[in-house]
Amino acid sequence: MTDHNTTDTHDAPTTSGESGISRRGLLKALVSIPFFGAFFYSFFKKKAVDDARRTAIMEELGVGERGPAIIPEMISRPPGERLRVGIIGFGGEGESLIRNAGFAHPDWVEQAREDAARDPRNKNLEVYLSQRDLNIAITAVCDVFDVRAERAIAASQVAVRSGGGPAMPAAKRYRRYGDLIASGDCDAVIIATPDHWHSRMTIEAVRAGLHVYCEKCLTRTEEEAHAVYDAVTNSDVVFQLGHQNRQSEAHMKAREVIEAGILGPITLVEGTTNRNTPWGAWVWDIHEEGNPDTIDWDQFQGPAPNKVPFNLERFFRWRCWYDYGTGLSGDLLSHEYDAVNQILQMGIPKSAVASGGLYYFKDGRDVPDVFQSVYEYPDRDLTFVYSATLASGMHRGLKFMGHDAWMQVGGTLTVSAEHDSTRYEEKIDSGIIDPARPMFTYQPGFRGIDAVTSATAEYFASRGLLYTYRGGRRVSAYHLLIDEWLDVIRNGGVTSCNIERAFEEAITCHMATRSYLEGRKVEWDPVRRRIV
Amino acid sequence: MTRPSPEAERAAFRGYTNFQKTALVLLRIFIGWHFFYEGLAKLINPYWTSAGYLVESQWWFKGLFLRVATDTTALAVVDFLNVWGLILIGLGLMLGMFARPATIAGIVLLALYYISAPPFAGYTYGIPAEGSYLVVNKVLI
Repeated sequence: MTDHNTTDTHDAPTTSGESGISRRGLLKALVSIPFFGAFFYSFFKKKAVDDARRTAIMEELGVGERGPAIIPEMISRPPGERLRVGIIGFGGEGESLIRNAGFAHPDWVEQAREDAARDPRNKNLEVYLSQRDLNIAITAVCDVFDVRAERAIAASQVAVRSGGGPAMPAAKRYRRYGDLIASGDCDAVIIATPDHWHSRMTIEAVRAGLHVYCEKCLTRTEEEAHAVYDAVTNSDVVFQLGHQNRQSEAHMKAREVIEAGILGPITLVEGTTNRNTPWGAWVWDIHEEGNPDTIDWDQFQGPAPNKVPFNLERFFRWRCWYDYGTGLSGDLLSHEYDAVNQILQMGIPKSAVASGGLYYFKDGRDVPDVFQSVYEYPDRDLTFVYSATLASGMHRGLKFMGHDAWMQVGGTLTVSAEHDSTRYEEKIDSGIIDPARPMFTYQPGFRGIDAVTSATAEYFASRGLLYTYRGGRRVSAYHLLIDEWLDVIRNGGVTSCNIERAFEEAITCHMATRSYLEGRKVEWDPVRRRIV
Repeated sequence: MTRPSPEAERAAFRGYTNFQKTALVLLRIFIGWHFFYEGLAKLINPYWTSAGYLVESQWWFKGLFLRVATDTTALAVVDFLNVWGLILIGLGLMLGMFARPATIAGIVLLALYYISAPPFAGYTYGIPAEGSYLVVNKVLI
């Protein structure tokens, strides 16, 4: 430093004895004091304004931005004794259910490992491995297609298990579902066949005392829905219908929002489906090994109203025909309806009017690819509209329209005030609530980034149907729904999509199907409990 | 790191008019303000994370940034460094203390932002920019 002083010839000499920070440096810092004053003044003013706005909104609404208060308690309950589970139908959905029950096919594990290595955003394997071991064994499988039955057997003895569970002995294959049910090998059964088989299989399983997890739609016809309802309600078995939205954190939060009365009177709810891929329109892959020798065609057709000669399209793309399912009604309207029923609990509508047509996928199918249904709930002063196309991907979401606010529900949840709301008028006028911005958003797992693979997977993810979050951790909604079913079997309680909810779902979907096929408005007679 | 000696600084300023000096100091303070507030705003927002930015990454270092975004530990470290980096750089520039290391750190940080998401023709990003950029953007300037 002294060295500096001696060589300093250009300016006035600096004071001696400076150490580290020069007087000049101090002066420079002093210059910035007014700027710091201005900075902190603006900073705290902005923060105070933001905080006051936020507090005022949250106080008004009475809900927080945190996770929903009602998280099913069984999540932390350890699984009790080992249950023996059978699977009937090991197609895409059946395989997915068994994987989320902790038994992925070895090929899937390999593929998921490669996907994660290629794209670190792909968390499929990580989610699979971190899901809980549900303490079950897949003891029996029934599928009419040999290749799928073999896949199920391979999955049942997979070494790489969820939650580090142990490898289990191979499942036994049954060629007839009746033999599987009668075998005594199972305590419970998962039914993931086409819809036309659901009622017969469920009823037989219930009679044998097996607990049932059945895929949606509950049945193909109204008559079958009555039969299943009677069988399940007159038994002790635990029944769960496969609507994953029941476990979605955003959907639970939406119910909280409704119960807090934030939207005011709700007069219109709009549920939608938009897909724009052949796969999304059920043009599924035809397996190269599918032929009359590997597929038990008679067993597949079973209760289908029209018996036809062996047909690969009908087998692998069964959703395209009314003989096996109900098209958009039972596949996708059922999801939207069950989500709304979960959130609003409005039950079976008084009337339904449906229309639509086959406008794009003219590939020999007989179900429409554009379909709308309008349901009236005069007791609730409410209309529920469902609108779908399989040939345009514009995302419209699920919207609840109230006088004071509207809410959009999917993987995330957004609530915005209505410009002309009565309740929020004062706060809108005073600038605390801005109708142009959401006054409330809820984003489960907001700190994580997920990759979803296909357009159809994105469709489901955007609706909270694939993954949801528990404590910020991603889990499969399928996994949670199966977990809940097993927990109720072991410890008692009520499943979230029990037979009452399942019956409401089936009747509501069948009202739309009937209205479309018969070209008239149909009504629900609550006394005779019949669609008229 | 050694700070430049006062006379070296003065030497650097030699030849500038008072107006120019004042303008440069003001510019330094404003840039510092911008950094400081960017850091503080992120610090007080519990929802903030760099994951959204990183996952949009393009160009040569895409893989690296993606890996950081999807690894929770790495992401926490990067978030922490980014927030406190911005705050300290901002403070340094506003105060004019440790201005040289703050400047260098600022250049490094901005360079990272730039190579993560360069506005080259053909690259599009989900997060919209507030302006229209081609090759040169606010970060580069």
